[in-house]
Amino acid sequence: MVKINGKELNVTDQTVAQYLTESGYDLKRVAVEINGDILPKSQYESTLFQDGDSIEIVSFVGGG
Amino acid sequence: MTREEWYNTLQQRNGADLQQKFSSSCVTVCGLGGLGSNVAISLARAGVGTIHLIDFDKVDASNLHRQQYAVSQLGMCKTEAMKQTLAEIAPYCEVVTHTVKLTEENLSIIADCDIVCECFDNAECKAMLVNEVAERYPEKYMVAASGMSGMYTGNTILTKKLGKRLYICGDGANDVADDGTLFAPRVMLCAAHQANTVLRIIAGKLEV
Repeated sequence: MVKINGKELNVTDQTVAQYLTESGYDLKRVAVEINGDILPKSQYESTLFQDGDSIEIVSFVGGG
Repeated sequence: MTREEWYNTLQQRNGADLQQKFSSSCVTVCGLGGLGSNVAISLARAGVGTIHLIDFDKVDASNLHRQQYAVSQLGMCKTEAMKQTLAEIAPYCEVVTHTVKLTEENLSIIADCDIVCECFDNAECKAMLVNEVAERYPEKYMVAASGMSGMYTGNTILTKKLGKRLYICGDGANDVADDGTLFAPRVMLCAAHQANTVLRIIAGKLEV
């Protein structure tokens, strides 16, 4: 199990890119933090969620 | 006003230790619209020593409803207009202007300062800056903003911390593309969260 934005989810067989796409995120608008570090975008395709990971996904909205 | 008078007045307000930290700090403000113009003014008033201003745009009449510019500055580059304004507020604050569109290619212009404020309006540009800085300049603090449009309650504007060095201010949800417009007070609330977070980082108060 991993915790994503506070919710426990069973997604340990997915890459970050797969999860983001299947969850409807726009990859051009997101930042992903895993266990305290911002995951580089170049690693979304190759990074698998690990059991016990704590993840925060931010999807930026426009306005400033 | 002499440099000594200015510094002593700030020191009386902020205390010697804090003013020393503020005046030796360097902050980059990326984007000088509703967020960035307010962030820059707040940081200059507080006594931040060096502020880098990045924007490619010119002051337009449509900016006056929420951005800190005057009619007399219409048509000026926002960088130069804000530098002029800051000179009236904090005459010995060192202001460095970069009149360019910040991209992955010229990102090295943010290298000088320890703290970066993301004050863009475009969501993809926001995400680009946050991700690129985290990857290429992991030692820097990033204070970003997401969600301040519309006429909603001000009580949903918050500061969140992600990881060790990323702060995101705003309601996280309301997109100007859906809400149609932005109003000065709610944008200023978000900018105030950003500026407050910057000052707290400089003071060594890293939690939200």
